[in-house]
Amino acid sequence: MTKPLLEIKNLHVWFKVFGGILRVLDGVNFTVMSEEKVGLVGETGCGKTTTMKAIMRLLSMPPAIIPKGEILFKGKDILRMNRAELQQIRKEKISMIFQDPTAALNPVFTIGTQIQDAVRFSGKSGRKMKKDEIKARAMQVLKEVSLPDQERVLHNYPIQLSGGMRQRVCISMALVSASELIIGDEPETSLDVTIKDQILRLLKELVEKHNTSIILISHALGTVKNMTDKVYVMYAGTMVELAKTKDLFAHPLHPYSKGLLAAIPRLTGGGIGEGIDGHIPEYINPPKGCRFHPRCKQVMPMCKDKKPPLFKVSEKHEVACFLFQNFGGDCIDK
Amino acid sequence: MRLPVFYFRILEVIALTNNILFVDHLEKYFFTYQGIVKAVDGISFFIKEGETFGLVGESGSGKSTVAYTVVGMYRPTKGKIIYKGDKDISQDSRKRPLAIKKEIQIVYQDPGTSLNPSMTIKDILELPLKVHNISKNHEDRIKKVKELLEMVQLPVSYTYKYPSMIGGGEKQMVAIARALATNPSFVLLDEPTSALDVSVQAKLINMLIQFQKKFKLSYLFITHDLSLMRNVASRVAIMYLGKLCEIAPSSEFFKNPLHPYTQMLLSSIPVISDEEEALKPKKIISKGEIPSPVNIPPGCSFHFRCHKKMDICSCEDPIITEVNEGHTVRCHLYTK
Repeated sequence: MTKPLLEIKNLHVWFKVFGGILRVLDGVNFTVMSEEKVGLVGETGCGKTTTMKAIMRLLSMPPAIIPKGEILFKGKDILRMNRAELQQIRKEKISMIFQDPTAALNPVFTIGTQIQDAVRFSGKSGRKMKKDEIKARAMQVLKEVSLPDQERVLHNYPIQLSGGMRQRVCISMALVSASELIIGDEPETSLDVTIKDQILRLLKELVEKHNTSIILISHALGTVKNMTDKVYVMYAGTMVELAKTKDLFAHPLHPYSKGLLAAIPRLTGGGIGEGIDGHIPEYINPPKGCRFHPRCKQVMPMCKDKKPPLFKVSEKHEVACFLFQNFGGDCIDK
Repeated sequence: MRLPVFYFRILEVIALTNNILFVDHLEKYFFTYQGIVKAVDGISFFIKEGETFGLVGESGSGKSTVAYTVVGMYRPTKGKIIYKGDKDISQDSRKRPLAIKKEIQIVYQDPGTSLNPSMTIKDILELPLKVHNISKNHEDRIKKVKELLEMVQLPVSYTYKYPSMIGGGEKQMVAIARALATNPSFVLLDEPTSALDVSVQAKLINMLIQFQKKFKLSYLFITHDLSLMRNVASRVAIMYLGKLCEIAPSSEFFKNPLHPYTQMLLSSIPVISDEEEALKPKKIISKGEIPSPVNIPPGCSFHFRCHKKMDICSCEDPIITEVNEGHTVRCHLYTK
């Protein structure tokens, strides 16, 4: 656990559109250690998926430009890799599970074809696999995600499976390459409560079994709490808080994290918090200084023109807010 | 206490007097090439005046079909829907009097698709006013539209904007304003916040609660989020494959869930604090998925996934039993 597996440093992603430049990501810093489970939470449109797509270099690159920043995977910058190296990364190192399994699977090919393709083009490069070897591997990964009757599933089209089964297939495809990092882009959002529970339990088991790291993106905070060790809170293209999962849920520091946690309906009843007024800013002309200041209740004059860096509040708790600039390590108790 | 079904029905009929809606053995079948889809299969419930009745279930359980049948988009295959004690509205919606259509309004799940993209906010809010003849002339209507926008705390400058120009939460506010434009007394909320973020959801729910007090509205609130249900509903019903499993007052429901399906649902909610964790029933590993409604299992439709399955469950459908006052459950565990 000494060297970080993935390190994003000061990443900026802009989109050139007709009306100007959308400055979406504004200096994102992000670290994943090996065998670590990291959560990334934030509202819709705050740049979670953009960050993940940047890691996989899936952003289509005329509209998107990356003016600054680096994404280091085991010390190598993904943004400066050539095609072959990038293929290598996508094949063997990082795999991704998408939000909507229905859209992630091709409706005109059988599950078998799609998984076997994944098997054929992944794994240790250079070695050609035999047909029955490929099939055996496909069956094996399907078994791992506890899908019953794998032989039948291989011959089915995605439409013949239910939503939960489709997501299991997607997870199995991510497992094929036995990668070192799995990115789960809201893998549970389109599923029902009981199925969600099953899928997340499965994902956690598999991650622990294979000793992989996972980045779990979600806007369901309860999910993140159960699944991860460390959480990043993102707002409008910047990281506003990072902490151990337990600390964040016990003592959120940033006004945005506080508002977000207060807005969640509790099982204990007693009404719902106020929520946060306003909405995510427009990226063409984002507010100067702290991007949260127009919605913040504790706004100070300096918030309006200076961007707060991450202040270290305790060992593993950092927050990007000027309220905490003068605090030492023990401010959580205050 | 075991009560025969007819006796239970009599109790409901007695309580009918101050009910805004009474649904009696409602069935809605769809006839498809694959077979008959029993989307709603004989459900009965009532909603008291001024209360929020929550309807929870997984997707495909028929929650939305109930709402659409009540609002008149579908014609029930069988059963009765009675509005305000004496008005039978179970017939074809074309025959439904306009005065009742005005009273029952609906807010849909996805504001992106329920607002016409080629109409301005003004047009959208004006339409119900025109249809129900609420404001006589153009100036009146414009005035009313602005009032409605103010009511949902949107700037008046939004009047001539198109839905695509405003955010998701704001779109849903417009949809709510549209539903309230006719001054209804009963509003169906079909997962109004499932497409929104938590911070927006909180604002919207608080606003809905405010309106309920101010205009004396009754809500049928459909959602799959049980934590949200805990905070808004006064009574909760759980639906599974077109049938109701359990109906109970909200506090009782979360303290003492009886049906195995309810227990499974409650134990699978991800929560964020330890107090909530303590409220959940002991971890029940959820298994299986909701079967296709074309092919409903014999006996109790839940028995494949049930952790307390008995022999009787696979052959006989349980009847509704009242366990405590106002707490009914449809399960063989409680029929003896």
